[in-house]
Amino acid sequence: MNIHEYQAKQLLASHGVAVPAAEVCSTPEEARAAAGHFFAQGYKKVVLKAQIHAGGRGMGVFKNGLKGGVKFCGNTANVYATAKRMLGEMLVTKQTGPEGRLVRRILVGGALQHDTESFVAVVLDRNISRPVMMVCKEGGMDIEDVAARDPKLILTEIIDPVVGLMPYQARRLALALGMKDELLTPAVKLLIGVYRTWWECEATLVEINPLHVVELVDGTQSLIAVDGKITLDDNALYRHPELHALRDLDEESPLEVEASNYNLSYIKLDGDIACLVNGAGLAMSTMDIVKHHGGNAANFLDVGGGASQEQVAAAFKIILSDPGVKAILVNIFGGIMQCDIIAQGIVAAMKETHLKLPIVVRLEGNKAEVAKTLIKESGLAVITANSMAEAADTVVKLAKKSSP
Amino acid sequence: MAILVNADTKVLVQGITGHFGAQHTRLSLAYGTKIVGGIVPGKGGQKFEDKVPIFNSVADAVNETGARVSVVFVPPPFAGDAILEAVDAGLDLVVCITEFIPIKDMINVKRAMEGQPTRLLGPNCPGIVTPGEGKDSHGGCRIGIAPGYIHKKGPIGVVSRSGTLTYEAVWQLTQRGVGQSTCVGIGGDPVNGTSHLDMLKMFNDDPDTHGIILIGEIGGTSEEEAAAWVKQHCKKPVAGFVAGATAPPGRRMGHAGAIISGGKGTAAAKIAAFQDAGIAVAATPSEIAETLLKRM
Repeated sequence: MNIHEYQAKQLLASHGVAVPAAEVCSTPEEARAAAGHFFAQGYKKVVLKAQIHAGGRGMGVFKNGLKGGVKFCGNTANVYATAKRMLGEMLVTKQTGPEGRLVRRILVGGALQHDTESFVAVVLDRNISRPVMMVCKEGGMDIEDVAARDPKLILTEIIDPVVGLMPYQARRLALALGMKDELLTPAVKLLIGVYRTWWECEATLVEINPLHVVELVDGTQSLIAVDGKITLDDNALYRHPELHALRDLDEESPLEVEASNYNLSYIKLDGDIACLVNGAGLAMSTMDIVKHHGGNAANFLDVGGGASQEQVAAAFKIILSDPGVKAILVNIFGGIMQCDIIAQGIVAAMKETHLKLPIVVRLEGNKAEVAKTLIKESGLAVITANSMAEAADTVVKLAKKSSP
Repeated sequence: MAILVNADTKVLVQGITGHFGAQHTRLSLAYGTKIVGGIVPGKGGQKFEDKVPIFNSVADAVNETGARVSVVFVPPPFAGDAILEAVDAGLDLVVCITEFIPIKDMINVKRAMEGQPTRLLGPNCPGIVTPGEGKDSHGGCRIGIAPGYIHKKGPIGVVSRSGTLTYEAVWQLTQRGVGQSTCVGIGGDPVNGTSHLDMLKMFNDDPDTHGIILIGEIGGTSEEEAAAWVKQHCKKPVAGFVAGATAPPGRRMGHAGAIISGGKGTAAAKIAAFQDAGIAVAATPSEIAETLLKRM
């Protein structure tokens, strides 16, 4: 589960990580008032940051023409005018797709002078089944490019879950980031706080990019997590109701939310061939084989190894809610699950939804023959295929035919 | 000979009275698997469907039955505990079917298992099948949730992260009259007990396995690690397939571990590693069996 930047920073702050003073605002009036507080404290500038679940905000463009989802302002009138052009508007970034994302909140905070931009993250190292902390002196920019260009710039410490990130490890990383003298101790505290956030919140990712050494209003130097990103482990949310409450359904695709209510794993994609499959591996390979035959999948959909008739019916309604769909491919390997049950679900769903789109069904395994007969006898216009390849080839041709 | 389990393997079921555990215990018994005990704390002394004795603990069950293998069907919040109880009882193999176990629990489980002799298969896996000699491969050892009848005893080892994709490959083999030595699902989670590589080494050493099917998917680097080993050491023909070539980056494709993150774990990188290692790569999932048979 993804959470907003302002929520991530609250979690980091509660684990001892210094974050910039900021207020979450949902109206231009609130933004102006918040900015007023910061100017009164001696800040020369404030920063307005669009709160959406997508990266690349700084380089993003609003559909109303405003450039940048992160804006700096030097007076309250400018804050009000800028907030008005951000709130309630669609922000398009490289991660949102062309439709963009509606900005419902902005984070207004005091902006500070800085001269370094570092990167800190904690992730799971799957090869060794342990958390690992990564740091890089060249943060701020696209860290993936840095990693690809010069992997040596990224330093890591493997963490033993029994003891957590030890101070000596944090010191090693802090020194590598150039934190010395009076900054070393706060840097160690910050890095340990970042790890504790990962471990205690059961995150799959905690990322701070950039981490700044700033000059505070009173002239002292300090370390601050200027941006924070946290992804939480969905499987662990049951024991963290306070974290589960941070879920923002507005940021999720409505069809994906609907699918999750039926325990279906659904991801909307850009193609025009809807796929309904059992099993994650088979669902992924169904998308692949559609592509192999010249088409594009409209979605990933795994109804699970033991789907019920109700789940199949719900799955049908969800894939049909996507207006881009031109043809449907059902690919079921009935292992324990019986194909005839799936066939009944398909027939019922087709009758209920008055399906007009072409549909190709490939059923293999347990009671596949009974299922094929059942579909044939229903009188519905369903094309049955005998292999995945045949099914993919047929559905791609049908989708092309029904395109204008 | 097969790997890890055979027709004589005595198996315990942790969580035998749950809906899922009970259903698959029935199917395994019907397949001929020697399910010798179930574990349900508090129900010790009872019997599962008048056939299988239930114990309060894995240790009790091991003492009474001599079982060396268990399968875990308990719900996610209790699965880590169940795995470590089996490890504590000194079993050779624990197969964890349970999906949705928190990553933190699995990190702790793996840490606690360091230096222990027990092998963990899974979690979030379909289990393991060594087909038998009878009709529809009856008489073999079926641990987990795979359909038994799709198998056939024979010379091919199959290892995969995914359930239905494994069944697809197995069924393709069986329909061509080619059987399997053992079929192993290692699971779709980011933290798991057994890797593709672990299984390849066993298949390579198994005199009854003459060809290997290696099925991977996006996320992690288990496939690349296996491919590097194949290049140097594997004496047997290997065919591979990688699911998720069209998966968008940053999204979890059903399995918790099936995610391309930070440009890592792409299908293209895995396929390139397979090709570099001389593994025959199936272009589509329809051609997995055919691709291997052409090599043999």
